[in-house]
Amino acid sequence: MSGKIPDLIRQGLASGWKAMDGAAQRNDLFLSADVAVIGSGAGGGIAAEALSLAGLDVLLLEEGGLHSSSDFRLLEAKAYPELYQESASRQTLDKAITILQGRAVGGSTVVNWTSSFRTPPDTLLWWQENHGLPGLSVEAMRPWFEQAERRLGIGPWLAEPNGNNLVLERGCLALGLRHARIPRNVRGCWNLGYCGMGCPTNAKQSMLVTCIPSALSRGARLLSRARVDRLAADPAGKSISAIEGSFLGADGNTPSGRRFMVRARHVVLAAGAIGTPAILLRSGLADASGQTGRRTFLHPVTLSAALMPERIEPYNGAPQSVYSDHYMHTQPLDGALGFKLEVPPIHPLLASVTFPGFGSEQASLLRQLPHLHATLALMRDGFHPDSRGGEVRLRSDGSPVLDYPLNDVIWDGARRSWLAMAELQFAAGARLAMPLHEAARPASSWRQARAMIEGLPLRALQARLVSAHVMGGMAMGGDPSLSVVDEWGGHWTWRNLTVLDGSIFPTSIGANPQLSVYAFALRGADHLARALARG
Amino acid sequence: MASRRQFLKAGAFGGAALLIAGYWAAPAADPEAEAVAGLSWLRPADAQIVMALAPVLLGLAELPVAKVAQGVDQAISGLPLATQEEIRQMFDLLGNRWARRWLAGVRPPWRMAGAMESARFLQRWRESRFALQNSVYQGLHRLIHAGWYGSPASWAALGYQQPAAVMGMLP
Repeated sequence: MSGKIPDLIRQGLASGWKAMDGAAQRNDLFLSADVAVIGSGAGGGIAAEALSLAGLDVLLLEEGGLHSSSDFRLLEAKAYPELYQESASRQTLDKAITILQGRAVGGSTVVNWTSSFRTPPDTLLWWQENHGLPGLSVEAMRPWFEQAERRLGIGPWLAEPNGNNLVLERGCLALGLRHARIPRNVRGCWNLGYCGMGCPTNAKQSMLVTCIPSALSRGARLLSRARVDRLAADPAGKSISAIEGSFLGADGNTPSGRRFMVRARHVVLAAGAIGTPAILLRSGLADASGQTGRRTFLHPVTLSAALMPERIEPYNGAPQSVYSDHYMHTQPLDGALGFKLEVPPIHPLLASVTFPGFGSEQASLLRQLPHLHATLALMRDGFHPDSRGGEVRLRSDGSPVLDYPLNDVIWDGARRSWLAMAELQFAAGARLAMPLHEAARPASSWRQARAMIEGLPLRALQARLVSAHVMGGMAMGGDPSLSVVDEWGGHWTWRNLTVLDGSIFPTSIGANPQLSVYAFALRGADHLARALARG
Repeated sequence: MASRRQFLKAGAFGGAALLIAGYWAAPAADPEAEAVAGLSWLRPADAQIVMALAPVLLGLAELPVAKVAQGVDQAISGLPLATQEEIRQMFDLLGNRWARRWLAGVRPPWRMAGAMESARFLQRWRESRFALQNSVYQGLHRLIHAGWYGSPASWAALGYQQPAAVMGMLP
């Protein structure tokens, strides 16, 4: 192969797309649109295309910058500040959980690891039976999943898993745990392993290279580095009358002093499960049920590292291609937390800040990077009666922070998951295994690991916990006194406000949520387009 | 878990006792720190702390510490303003000679602190029952590791490299 990789976004901009960079605006801006979509990630991006296809005049507002494949240099130190919320260092209020969440045109879809699961049937059934959502059966949802899968190239990944994923597969085989390959949203993937830094080859079918260009080609407008501060409601309290916000400077962080105001017939909120409720809380527009920003879920993730005798190069190759749901099904859905096993890609910066130790011990572990494996367990929160998630709050400067208290239900799941991962790693042939916890030390056998894990203190800032899945906080439901939006994302209070992102999920998904966000946003956008066509 | 308020209150009582003790034995003040080139956020005294702790935290003796400080500086600049304020408080606390001596337990100024003494401080705050001390340890851990392992200069020792075939095709 030779020549340079083409940049679809720069080509599109040259062809006359109406894309404006907030940092370049020298004056305040007043705009109007049929539909203003706040946030351009999985929900906002796919909705923008659907609404444009329906002939509506769409304006897409995005807090992050417009970065494209030419900017993606496979460099962590460049990618995290440019493409992630809070430079990939967003943390819960007590700093116990680090949250990886995208912030760019395309949102988290630009930086996620491409895992694409349909919403599990037991989750849909739970919503039908417990949240007043009888319409959300597997059969009823199937067409929306199929539409998203076709649109985004989601399908089985046929290449051999990389060494890191093969450890998980081998461990599952040795222990007889159910496991399978992960469907991915890619077309012509080069199997590089740098998905988390932005795909340099445009193979990942993120919103950045699919639905957003399609919407822009149909005349939609995009305003990037534009942070929505608040929504204003009309005096009768029936509808949203205006969107007000600030442009950010070229650093993507500091307001430039220029502002914007948008009037739209309809407003779509898709700023993610922390950003969406934060906008309403800042606006003083929390809903009557008191649920805005509550029951926010994270799939809290525990990690276990292992040293393998063979070279696995955990930074090369598709980051996630094997999973096991074995521990999702060892107890009832609302019992002790089930967890899904996957692996994370391991690159130097993120690995070194996540591994707990310091000094020569840490250095000697990192020097064996090509032999390093990590397994992760994402815990299914929001089903057990004591798993009520977190709450989005506002700091004094108006920025959001998630208060996610850790309780015994989570800690029980954490301990079981560390045990399960260490057992699996030794079954796969690991020389050493170690849960990511400040008090853990590398164990050289399953027996030794088990004794060590049983003794680990269970408290915040000792266990290393992360999350890449933020869900809930604007729960859909059948009863306006218990939920914020209806099953199509329509807000119970404001008639011209629809929420189309992961915040509408009444529990966590129990699987990587991007395909769930796509399917529900497509369904909600279709419903909205029909309603707007009726006038 | 102690809240920040409880911690600071305990610190204030302790501080009063320390002032009395200090009448006889004031901890050595940090000498005026020299400026490090290429820093926009870190003050010279902050950079001194980073450069003193980096070799201990990273477990690397031969370390271009000024380069690590530049990496830390860059990492902080990308954080939201609310987080930058917390990091300011962290450096101000560690840079205070009374806090350094009696909270961190490091006798000499940071620049002269021995590796053992610095390692003991890090380990104590890592394991502390005070959440604030845990979070200062984790904050230093996070910033200094990001400051070094974000730099390609660190990669060779790890056996890590970007895929050469692709790098040549980037526009």
